[in-house]
Amino acid sequence: MTQTKTPRTPTRMVPAPSHGIIPERDLNSQPVLEARNLGIEFGGLHAVEDFNLIIGRTEIAGLIGPNGAGKTTVFNLLTKVYQPTMGTILLNGRDTAGMNTMQANKLGIARTFQNIRLFGNMSVEDNVRIGLHNQVRYGMFSGIFRLPAYYRGERQMHERALELLSIFDMQDLARHQAGSLPYGAQRRLEIVRALATNPSLLLLDEPAAGMNPHETEELMENIAKIRDKFHIAILLIEHDMNLVMGICEGICVLNYGRIIAKGTAEEIQNNPVVIEAYLGKKKEA
Amino acid sequence: MIQFLSYLVNGISLGSVYAIIALGYSMVYGIAKMLNFAHGDVIMVGAFMSFSATQYWGMSPMVSVLVSVVVCTLLGMTIERLAYKPLRQATSLAVLITAIGMSYLLQNLALLIWGANPKSFSSVVNIGTLSLFDGRLRITGETVVTVLANLVIMIALTLFTGKTKMGKAMRAVSEDRGAAELMGINVNATISMTFAIGSGLAAIAGVLLCSAYPVLMPTTGSMPGIKAFTAAVFGGIGSIPGALIGGILLGVIEILGKAYVSTELGDALVFAVLIIVLLVKPTGLLGKKVHEKV
Amino acid sequence: MKKWSKKLTGNALTYLLVIVAFLLCELSLSGAIDGFKMSRSLKGQLVPICVYIVMAVSLNLTVGISGELSLGHAGFMSVGAFSGIIASQWIASAFPGAELDLVRLLAALITGGIVAGIAGVLIGIPVLRLRGDYLAIVTLAFGEIIRNLINCVYFSLDGARLHFGFLNPSLPGTVFINGPMGATGVNKLASFEAGFLLVLFTLAVVLNLIGSRSGRAIMAIRDNRIAAESVGIHVTKYRMMAFVTSAALAGMAGALYGVNYSTVQAVKFKFDTSILVLVFVVLGGIGNIRGSIIAATLLTVLPEMLRQFGDYRMLIYAIVLILVMLATNNPTLRGGIDSLTAHIKKRSSPAPETTKEGDKA
Repeated sequence: MTQTKTPRTPTRMVPAPSHGIIPERDLNSQPVLEARNLGIEFGGLHAVEDFNLIIGRTEIAGLIGPNGAGKTTVFNLLTKVYQPTMGTILLNGRDTAGMNTMQANKLGIARTFQNIRLFGNMSVEDNVRIGLHNQVRYGMFSGIFRLPAYYRGERQMHERALELLSIFDMQDLARHQAGSLPYGAQRRLEIVRALATNPSLLLLDEPAAGMNPHETEELMENIAKIRDKFHIAILLIEHDMNLVMGICEGICVLNYGRIIAKGTAEEIQNNPVVIEAYLGKKKEA
Repeated sequence: MIQFLSYLVNGISLGSVYAIIALGYSMVYGIAKMLNFAHGDVIMVGAFMSFSATQYWGMSPMVSVLVSVVVCTLLGMTIERLAYKPLRQATSLAVLITAIGMSYLLQNLALLIWGANPKSFSSVVNIGTLSLFDGRLRITGETVVTVLANLVIMIALTLFTGKTKMGKAMRAVSEDRGAAELMGINVNATISMTFAIGSGLAAIAGVLLCSAYPVLMPTTGSMPGIKAFTAAVFGGIGSIPGALIGGILLGVIEILGKAYVSTELGDALVFAVLIIVLLVKPTGLLGKKVHEKV
Repeated sequence: MKKWSKKLTGNALTYLLVIVAFLLCELSLSGAIDGFKMSRSLKGQLVPICVYIVMAVSLNLTVGISGELSLGHAGFMSVGAFSGIIASQWIASAFPGAELDLVRLLAALITGGIVAGIAGVLIGIPVLRLRGDYLAIVTLAFGEIIRNLINCVYFSLDGARLHFGFLNPSLPGTVFINGPMGATGVNKLASFEAGFLLVLFTLAVVLNLIGSRSGRAIMAIRDNRIAAESVGIHVTKYRMMAFVTSAALAGMAGALYGVNYSTVQAVKFKFDTSILVLVFVVLGGIGNIRGSIIAATLLTVLPEMLRQFGDYRMLIYAIVLILVMLATNNPTLRGGIDSLTAHIKKRSSPAPETTKEGDKA
């Protein structure tokens, strides 16, 4: 994966073409994610509507918007926790219609959760090993009867797990119980677990929530580091504007379930619609 | 045809008893979020109280029912206070096992007090048998009383939960215990009240059940208890009309199954229907669907 | 892998406990030491204890490790018991005169396990579509259906030919499974040693499963289904794996139970038995395999020990059960016990340990 870094243009985040017109910038590589007219209805309420987004191979993109705008719902749609009632999701060029979360993950999409969903009773290393479930495989019988495949697999998992934990310098915590870690470390562990599934697109739901400014700073560096090391695309939801504006190459603003703006940090900051819907509200509060 | 009608009537009668018991399960489940396995044994206690009152203490049948209701109401509240209240914060499995322990306790107490020999329960109903179609369809007084009692109880409970302050408090607690508490509702009193009502109804169900099927033993309550619980789930647990529909359907299926399919397989049929219903509608016939927040 | 982890120590302790208990029982049975002898009634309990240990450990796989409340575990036990009896009786009839006790016992266990496993698949398909209390009630329903069906099943042997009938048929040869009368004329093949080996086998299967990739997937689904799915775990496959393994082990326990008595009736495996096994699991600690073993042993022996109380013994059993549940689950009482154990633990282990289920076994 030695892709030459193309300069990212703000136009990358314009709505996806609906009639097969491929914009120039996408001619050389297939986007990792393409959502077309995506929408979901909960009992007549359109939680997300007409959502179009293209994310390039190694792009870091941000999804922002006021509370209740439908950001997490978008994540749930992309990871097939909810089945969209409208539209199409293409992951690495493949339509995910009818798939479930597990199949979407196997296609290359991994995520973290806003309200941390770790396996709290298990050790840090076991959490990562569970992430490696489909990467290192051996059968149930090898496990029960302790065949050589078991020992081989477990050794491999152990090495991979420590390697992944070292991204965040967490290898020394491997034997600790995941639920007993400090908040920030739990968020980092969730990222490691998601990375363990070898995704091509990583979704981070408020990765900096509950972190102090120093930790956030570190996280920003690490997110960029992960992209460079694993050559993956990252889409993140975040309320910390320093983080979003600092590392996202493209930003997408959601309000009332609809995209109201797309563009670079600069463009978003100067967009009157965004200021009215998002930053404007913040001033009132 | 007449034969079928007669089975149907018996089914509705048995189903009415199930429905009354199911109400107790359903209300307790809705409000305390627990499976009260001892509920079936409260039925047995109710029947034994009425039996003792008429046989040993020479009371009239009507008074004996009253005694039985009072005793069971108190019993239900006591059980809740002693065994379940200390476990409000515990896992639902822990509460379930405690309820099972309570069920053993009641059965074995009854065994010590009344002995293991089956008692022949004399019906508390003294209405004659109704003859229809030139006597070809006979409806016993017990059936009439059971069905009527069931209807009265259902209507009364619907009014109670819909109109009275206590009833509304019960609904609030069943919806969201924490929020109800913050609104100033006394959750403990509400749960206690629920047990009182459920157990009082169980006493009535016990008397009616044994009036129709007069064999009374310490284990009399357990099978009807399980079936009534099934009925509650069948209709959608936590719902009053659900308990009614579930109970009656279950009773009818059981009687018709035993009559037309096979006596041995009647119970299997009941449970098979339950499984099919739950597969098609995982929260029962009238149950609400709950969404999982991600 | 090189480090001797806490989990492995726990497993070793569990095996050690079972082996030591077995050796003590053997020693007592041999009568080598005066005054260290088992009563007759206790001797008769040895095989049932092994059976109930296997039942409890296998149910713990469903309830504790996989996190699904099952109220129909005795159903699998009965399927295993009757299919095991059929297998062993058929061998006896097909090869008359041969000394085949061990083969018959093995055949009974294997058949019991396989047939119960198949029943587990068939029941698991509908059951595992449901969750929580609804799943529990459906397992209860299946347990009752199985019992009802077995009550209508008839088998007879005519030499090596096996005949099957349903609902009052007339079968040629000797009928050995006779509807509601159950299985009659079964040769007693079970022994305490066989029971001990079955317990060890069960322990190996369950503990090794927990410590493997599949076991982690099962526990991940229990702890957080959505997170497990998000890392690509096939939820249905692993819930099924736990459920079927549990059913197969229960079937083996049932088979051992079946060939331990000369007559076996389906009533033996009714709802109460499922509940009894569940009580073992909950009292022993959900997810705690060693606890299940201890609880199953103590609670099987307890009614025997309470025999001197005569009619009061089941009453005392019930009261003990309630009091233990209150003592272990009431926050005030629990807090006191916890702080006490924490105080004792402080010296031995510096790392913080939680008392939650899952990683204790």
